[in-house]
Amino acid sequence: MFITYLRRELAGRRRQTAIIAIGMALAIALVMIVNSVSSGVRDAQASVLESVYGVGTDLTVSEEPAAPGEGEAAGPGRFEFGADAGTTEGESTEISQSRLTAGFGAATFDQSALETAQDIDGVSAASAALALTNMTFEGELPDFAQRVEGGPSDEFVEGGDTADAPTGGFDGAGGSAFDVNSFSVLGIDPAADAVGPLSSVELDEGRGLEASDAGQAVAVLDASYATSAELAVGDTIDVGGTVFEIVGTVTSTSADAATAANVYIPLDLAQEIAGLDGQVSDIYVQAESADLIDAVQSDLEEALPDATVSTQADLAASVSGSLATASSLIANLGLWLSLAVLAAAFLIAILFTIQGVTRRTREFGTLKAIGWSNRRIVGQVTGESLVQGLIGGAAGLALGLAGIWVVNLIAPTLGGSAGDGAQPGGVLAAGPQGGDGATTGGPFGGRVDTAAATEVVLNAPVTVSVIVIAIGLAVLGGLLAGAIGGWRAARLRPAEALRSVA
Amino acid sequence: MYTLEHVSKTYTQSKRRVDALKDVTLTIPSGQLVAIQGPTGGGKSTLLQMLGALDRPSTGSIMLGQSELSHLPDRKLGGIRAKEIGFVFQGFNLIPTLTAQENVETALEPLGVSGEERRRRALEALASVSLADRASHVPGELSGGQQQRVAIARALVKEPEVLLADEPTGNLDEETRDEIMDLLEGLWRDRGLTLVIVTHDSAIAKRAERRLHIKNGTVSER
Repeated sequence: MFITYLRRELAGRRRQTAIIAIGMALAIALVMIVNSVSSGVRDAQASVLESVYGVGTDLTVSEEPAAPGEGEAAGPGRFEFGADAGTTEGESTEISQSRLTAGFGAATFDQSALETAQDIDGVSAASAALALTNMTFEGELPDFAQRVEGGPSDEFVEGGDTADAPTGGFDGAGGSAFDVNSFSVLGIDPAADAVGPLSSVELDEGRGLEASDAGQAVAVLDASYATSAELAVGDTIDVGGTVFEIVGTVTSTSADAATAANVYIPLDLAQEIAGLDGQVSDIYVQAESADLIDAVQSDLEEALPDATVSTQADLAASVSGSLATASSLIANLGLWLSLAVLAAAFLIAILFTIQGVTRRTREFGTLKAIGWSNRRIVGQVTGESLVQGLIGGAAGLALGLAGIWVVNLIAPTLGGSAGDGAQPGGVLAAGPQGGDGATTGGPFGGRVDTAAATEVVLNAPVTVSVIVIAIGLAVLGGLLAGAIGGWRAARLRPAEALRSVA
Repeated sequence: MYTLEHVSKTYTQSKRRVDALKDVTLTIPSGQLVAIQGPTGGGKSTLLQMLGALDRPSTGSIMLGQSELSHLPDRKLGGIRAKEIGFVFQGFNLIPTLTAQENVETALEPLGVSGEERRRRALEALASVSLADRASHVPGELSGGQQQRVAIARALVKEPEVLLADEPTGNLDEETRDEIMDLLEGLWRDRGLTLVIVTHDSAIAKRAERRLHIKNGTVSER
């Protein structure tokens, strides 16, 4: 009887059923699309973040950079060349000097913080890194010594000219030319592979850093950087005046993102060359479980009061570009639009159900008169409403899947970069840009906060949760409308319901 | 058998007190055909609702057999209505989306009768009102007289002791009125029902064993 009555009512009131179902379908589809796109944006953010922080990093520890003290240079320091510096060929002298520094805005802190982090309950792995910038200043200038020894050539001759025209230099006429190059260097613990930047890379050629590489002048290069710098496994690279053998190249595990740095070298050697013994710029921490992240963050902040402890959620805020715009759009407009449409759909369902109950006053009064219980009538109203919601849910599911399919068909590309201050002293200062091998970092050590700039194709996934949300909303909307409508029906006194027509 | 003692019913309408029934004392023996007449607003329908366990009196007691209707909770009143009392309304009160057979089946729903048994008894009830061939028709496809026959079948399918009819011929033409009255009278005679009919129509009232007149909430015999 329940099914027969329900079926006949829904078929007999097609217009009402269609309006409720369409309202629910639109709302559910919108919620599904927003939820799916939101997941896609989160995945894109994670992709950008993983390229920098590594897979599995739950928290990072860094320090806010302090203003340079009085008399301290704000940058990586001066390139100083003595009188005998460089090599002279003919009338020109070639000079070259590399410096490995923390660069502008980078803050380092004592490595003992790593042990402190490792000792905290709930921490499953932690590793430290030192983010550096290698600056190379090289150029060609005239051999001034020869010019001094030649005496007369420097004598002032009446008429405003010298006796001999200047020679040497890059143009052969006494001119000078200089190049300033930089690349990012990350000093990492070769023994720590559970967490940290190298957990999100895969080997392209050669080998990675191993525990036995500590103290050894070996380097692993980002594959894109190696290509652009015309370097390969087996070649050497000058880092801060020390020649390193290139033992491997790596690429990001994410198809869209670049790796965190151009060059990876053992931490102890990086500290020694940069003159930052016992210093690190970042600690990567992995919690034992997602539930413990907040507790670990709190404990880390307590144990390291000067440090900035950031979670993935904090770091997600550091993603900028159109990815951030999309995220903001989803979080604000998308969410509120979904809620508004959902509320309107629920309201329509409730109002139509109440209107239906009011119109069926005589019907319910009659059923009560012939002995139907309140429970049976409430069940009938709720059942009808639930089925209307489910019809809307099914239509909404189809519409939502179609919408998600269209989003994936369009596949919008979002630009994202991480590093806007979330990691002030960190790795982000010096990553390759867009994977084209061009280096970041200003020409004179200036920090550029656009490391790991990445173009990510937005993929809106259809997850179980999206489908569960659709069905859940349909059931919720149906039950809500049915419960309110049923409550109205239950309140009807049979005598009053019949009196209106008696 | 109904026994009403000092039954009064008072409503408050727009802060105005309305005495729909005033100190009604009455006995209706089982198997009697009673017609209740009276002017509009005199209390006919209120009395029928009291007899039908649809409402409780403000004061006094109503006994149906051994059941005291004035103090029973809603759930038990619903049970009594489901088993012992059949209703026929002036406006037929059929569910417009259900077929004639399904409308009749609704009366068996609260009794927990199985689906097959429900269908069988519903068809029998429709046959008893000469509507077996209209079982699959919805009310909109039936005439007024046919709809009232379906309503009578719905009232009788559960084999009640009492049949209460509120202006059962009020919406019908004269010919159909007589047909319906013949039907009700025949069923009353065949089944030994207690039949209470509220009517304005003296032609109907004259066919009853007993005629009651109700005016300003007070019942008198005629």
